[in-house]
Amino acid sequence: MTTYPQSRTTGSRLRGLGWHALIIAMLLLLLYPIVWLLTASVKPTDEILSSLDLFPTRFVPENYSTALDGIAGISVWRFFGNSLIVAVGAVLGNLISCSLAAYAFARLRFKLRGPLFALTLLTIMLPYHVVLIPQYTIFQKLDLVGTFVPLILPKLLATDAFFIFLMVQFIRGLPRELDDAAEIDGCGPVLTFRYVILPLLKPALVTTTIFTFIWTWNDFFSQLVYLNDPETYTLPLALRLFIDQTSESAFGPMFAMSVLSIVPVVLFFLAFQRYLVEGIATSGLKG
Amino acid sequence: MTTDTLRRPPPGPADPTAKAGRNRPRYRRHRPGIAYLFLSPWVCGALLLTLGPMLASLYLSFTDYDLFTSPNWVGLENYKRLFTDDARFLASAKVTATYVLISVPLKLAAALAVAMLLNNARRGQGFYRSAFYAPSLLGTGVAIALAWRALFTDNGVVDSLTGRVGWDTGGWINEPDYAIYVLIILAIWQFGAPMVIFLAGLKQVPQELYDAAAVDGSGRWRTFRSVTLPMLSPIILFNLVLETIHAFQAFTPAFIVSGGRGGPSNSTLFYTLYLYERGFSQFRMGYASAMAWILLITVAVITALFFGTSRRWVFYAGENK
Repeated sequence: MTTYPQSRTTGSRLRGLGWHALIIAMLLLLLYPIVWLLTASVKPTDEILSSLDLFPTRFVPENYSTALDGIAGISVWRFFGNSLIVAVGAVLGNLISCSLAAYAFARLRFKLRGPLFALTLLTIMLPYHVVLIPQYTIFQKLDLVGTFVPLILPKLLATDAFFIFLMVQFIRGLPRELDDAAEIDGCGPVLTFRYVILPLLKPALVTTTIFTFIWTWNDFFSQLVYLNDPETYTLPLALRLFIDQTSESAFGPMFAMSVLSIVPVVLFFLAFQRYLVEGIATSGLKG
Repeated sequence: MTTDTLRRPPPGPADPTAKAGRNRPRYRRHRPGIAYLFLSPWVCGALLLTLGPMLASLYLSFTDYDLFTSPNWVGLENYKRLFTDDARFLASAKVTATYVLISVPLKLAAALAVAMLLNNARRGQGFYRSAFYAPSLLGTGVAIALAWRALFTDNGVVDSLTGRVGWDTGGWINEPDYAIYVLIILAIWQFGAPMVIFLAGLKQVPQELYDAAAVDGSGRWRTFRSVTLPMLSPIILFNLVLETIHAFQAFTPAFIVSGGRGGPSNSTLFYTLYLYERGFSQFRMGYASAMAWILLITVAVITALFFGTSRRWVFYAGENK
């Protein structure tokens, strides 16, 4: 049929098939818990734990309407809204403050640049728990515990040092001649940042947006610490409230709510998966 | 008009540095004010939310601070009690050490193995890469931890499966000997992020080295040991440091799987879980601060060890050894 020797084509094709089969088998095993979660969300509650079958004997979409009713008299949309405020606030905070700091570290000259940048790198490794208790005390004295401020303000003050590092690396890769040209054209640092660096920084900004959003959306610890009124609960806290208040009798709705809570992350993933994995590959980000 | 002047100033008074034959305009370095303006959010954050709190928590760790009354100096009392008179603390240190020691190497091994497998891809590599990454994305949230809890509970999917081969576990999350493995498996499951980094590293290994190894008649294992591993060693160090730091701070899955209590019999009492309990359930902030500093010192020492020994096992291309 072809001009290639038959045996070679078949052989390499078979090996290729074997390779794909192996990978797909691994993927099925790996994605099983996610698929299980999806199907559990439409199973009758008594079937969720006991049944080994992935697919429900009876399809129960009512789990979702129960989940949407919310918990403790608060609608799920409220939790979504709270999560969204926190995540969007964190994204904006990181974009603004980290890009400003990164430009200063990468392009401007000032005496303390070396030591301050070293300090930034060190804080990447600093466990959050070391600063948590004094931070909590500060916010408590300011009467801000229970609001979104302790979750957003740190991002506005560039405490996510990793993204500064990411952007510094990126800016260093941009040709300096562009800055020089802007300067000769009369741009000071502010205009150079605004009209030269910022547009070129876009890939790093996209990476920062994606990761800040997903990490904040998934974050549980700091939200658990700072939010104490169910009205202000984000989705992770609402899910936990769900476990505490309904016990095993409402597994179906609980998993329906779990699925709802991961929908934005999955959408982000599907929309940006290329940037996402490339962002990790080029910058060493952690998921 | 204004924008025009901004963009194109009259070329008349030429840049003096250009005359001097320098490559760059010099005046940039004489404007530190602007630099600190750009840095001002960062400076506020570093002082008020990082450095200040670090010093404060060091101070608090020597006090009996309870958040409501002012702190009393107690010296080394908190530290002494942690190590001599607190079984839960010792249990949490042991649980965390077990978790770090088992989950990090296995996760990195899985990441490297799958990265090497995917690196041979002729087609579909992008898709597979994303698919293998998916667990890393969802796995840090509460939803997956809940699923994990249900999968490993009594009569849950895993228990039913092992029951078929005659191994009735009674649910891993209820068994002190097995509960931590539920969390270790969850951690390994999320090998996607280091995998993507390994994959990027594998692309950087020059094909000539593999060709040379093939000419020398090296087998697969030999090639892996003599070419792939040394060339990847800087990335292995990077992944090792980051994954270790992360593993020490694991919280969400342990909190959800154990219902916030670290049970059964403290077997999932992660360090951070106990710190949270002391600080935010019992308001023993001084005690929790001491725990935070022990965590910081531990992480710092281990990171220093990794970097300190790295000269011996990390190979940087182009470096004379």
